[in-house]
Amino acid sequence: MEDYRELTIESIRRGLLDRRFSATELAREALRVGEAENGSSGVFISFTPERALAAAARVDSKVAAGEDTGPLGGVPLAVKDVIMTAGERTTCASRALEDFVAPYDATAVERVERAGAVIVGKTNCDEFAMGSSNENSAFYPARNPAAPDRVPGGSSGGSAAAVAGGYAPISLGSDTGGSIRQPASFCGAVGVMPTYGRVSRYGLVAFASSLDHIGPLSRTVRDSAAVLGVIAGADPYDSTAAGLEVPDYADRLEADASGLRIGVPREYFAEGLEREVGARIEAGIALLERLGCKAVEISLPHTKYAIASYYLICTAEASSNLARYDGVRYSARSAESGTLSDMYRNSRAEGFGPEVTRRIILGTYVLSAGYYDAYYRKAQEVRALVARDFARAFEKVDAIVAPVSPFPAFKLGEKTSDPLQMYLSDIYTITGSLAGIAGMSVPCGKSREGLPVGMQILTNHFREQTMLNLGHAFEAAGGFEG
Amino acid sequence: MKITPEQVRKVARLANLRLSGEETVRYAADLEEILAYVDQLNELDTFGVEPMAQVLHEGNAAPLRPDAPGPSLDQATALRCAPLAGAGHFKVPKVIDR
Repeated sequence: MEDYRELTIESIRRGLLDRRFSATELAREALRVGEAENGSSGVFISFTPERALAAAARVDSKVAAGEDTGPLGGVPLAVKDVIMTAGERTTCASRALEDFVAPYDATAVERVERAGAVIVGKTNCDEFAMGSSNENSAFYPARNPAAPDRVPGGSSGGSAAAVAGGYAPISLGSDTGGSIRQPASFCGAVGVMPTYGRVSRYGLVAFASSLDHIGPLSRTVRDSAAVLGVIAGADPYDSTAAGLEVPDYADRLEADASGLRIGVPREYFAEGLEREVGARIEAGIALLERLGCKAVEISLPHTKYAIASYYLICTAEASSNLARYDGVRYSARSAESGTLSDMYRNSRAEGFGPEVTRRIILGTYVLSAGYYDAYYRKAQEVRALVARDFARAFEKVDAIVAPVSPFPAFKLGEKTSDPLQMYLSDIYTITGSLAGIAGMSVPCGKSREGLPVGMQILTNHFREQTMLNLGHAFEAAGGFEG
Repeated sequence: MKITPEQVRKVARLANLRLSGEETVRYAADLEEILAYVDQLNELDTFGVEPMAQVLHEGNAAPLRPDAPGPSLDQATALRCAPLAGAGHFKVPKVIDR
């Protein structure tokens, strides 16, 4: 078999049609490589061999019958373990759900499988998707394939490392404040946060419902476009899933960026941005200009308030969403459950790790009597101002180009002692999350130490095609290598 | 603003969390640091700004399905996820002493 670690959707399609390998062989290879290295990579929480081989067999019988195998036919896919897969463990990297077997499929999972994808395993992440380094997994951290002593980013660290490390050509992640884009940037993968509502959240375990998204990660822009085309669209099980028609993003992909106006927000290139990262992004913008884009400086004046607004809103929503883990219906129950109230408190104390507990405390505090207006309402007002900044910017530009993270992947343990410092590193991704617009990270070369640097492309609501075209043009022009 | 361990204990009670003494002290310090940081929001005059609770799309982007009954998770499937179930119910520690 050609190098499994470098396959894409297209090379798999050709390989299957030319009978160079079968989907079953591919699935076995995915499971073999993933399992053999998981002790050091930490990428997966569980593998799904039965499900994978059944899906692969369906693809192989279609190939044998000369039938269409679907847009993701035979492609191994890794799913972040906050997304439900019926009959398989879905742990959210939490002790509270360590033995939880999902009773139904997320809509996105059902759609990728219907399109022929072969789900090989569930990927590691920060507990309940809360974190920026994957170190908040209750089980073990995932490691960065580019530098194993460094974090892969988070929270979708396992999904980014799966793609970049060669375990699966495509994966699903979730993004609430940067959890797809930042690990994609740290690992050198493509990662897409679609517009809020573009992809159904049904079956995505809720963290902050007004901010949560499911999105794809991949090695090429085309592959993320293909997965997005499969998972996007209305869903009767999620009233926030938009009813707008879903374009065939991959089919319409054009490597032509000429004439696009790209905004460069001055607030994103200020204090705090590591110089080397800034230089990579500036080189990326220069390449886009050579491709015919017109770069203009813009201002997003409320940027500095975004983190404060985000951490009030997301923790408030999380404290409410996580109230459901009561040790009664599906989460683990403490052995110390003498009375009903002991059962609740002990089950939750034993189930939640420190960061989840911290966010529940903050969220409960800001929603509690006397503080609601001062914190939660104020944060929502500021969220409106951040969204208005983007609305005004998109009157002038087609896309915004910026860094994803102020720095490349950091070492394990380097930032765990100070939660606020960890929150501050999400500054460039959180703004787009608050506004509900589309954003992606594309590789933009490497630092001197060889660490991947991602460039962020943001577009207005439902303008994913423009974003993907820009990323694709950048990739085709060699921008990924820097 | 100073956050006392007693305030953290109150919030923990509201959230049904059991914290050790050491955790209470640590979370009080964390909460104090984070709240001091978010205080900067008060630099902004947001008078008249409509709070944004959701990313609201309009028209076709925000469809409502017909309000018609359909199949849902059946009882057996739902109960299979529970740590303790029986006789068609979730089981919890006894609440009322006879």
